[in-house]
Amino acid sequence: MNYMPGTASLIDDIDKKHLVLLRDGRTLIGFLRSIDQFANLVFHQTVERIHVGKKFGDIPRGIFIVRGENVVLLGEIDIDKLCDHILQQVSIEEILEEQRLQQQAKQKTEKAKVTALKDRGLSIPKADNLDEY
Amino acid sequence: MPLLSGLFYSFFKSLVGKDVVVELKNDLSICGTLHSVDQYLNIKLTDISVTDPEKYPHMLSVKNCFIRGSVVRYVQLPADEVDTQLLQDAARKEALQQKQ
Repeated sequence: MNYMPGTASLIDDIDKKHLVLLRDGRTLIGFLRSIDQFANLVFHQTVERIHVGKKFGDIPRGIFIVRGENVVLLGEIDIDKLCDHILQQVSIEEILEEQRLQQQAKQKTEKAKVTALKDRGLSIPKADNLDEY
Repeated sequence: MPLLSGLFYSFFKSLVGKDVVVELKNDLSICGTLHSVDQYLNIKLTDISVTDPEKYPHMLSVKNCFIRGSVVRYVQLPADEVDTQLLQDAARKEALQQKQ
């Protein structure tokens, strides 16, 4: 039941399993327990899901309070639409290792880019925002 | 105080039920049916699909989503769903009202 028809509200999403994408690039999955006008969220039985390529790993995190300004998007997980055939779940150690390798590779290319630009007398100014998504 | 967001809030409310593509500031594009919008221009979409190649595998199990207004870059609409003349007139009226 919506008190103001046509108005986006998270009231109907309460107690359902959700995925939230944060501005720092993290993905959290859990049950949405509480909301407010700033889209601050309280997540229960939260799991941090790390994706690297087609692999993913889940780290249990307990209860999370997310400040609304960090939310990119919030999606209701449809249990009928689970995708076990495409993605492969691996252990926490493995996914953290994969993530470390991915970060390393990214830093290498970034460093090469910066050096190449420096050689040409150019520089990219440091980004003001810390958004990593 | 968000000045013209009253205008765009009303505009989006008139588009509820139509298919739109929301492009976020992180370059992710999401296609879906506009379910609802609020005063902050937060958007709720149903029956979503990620339009670009699925670099974002986490979205595979998600059918409906809530997008915070602050992360939206564009909302793409089919031209025939928008009466640009009406929108222009409304914007002009708003601008006049604000001057007073």
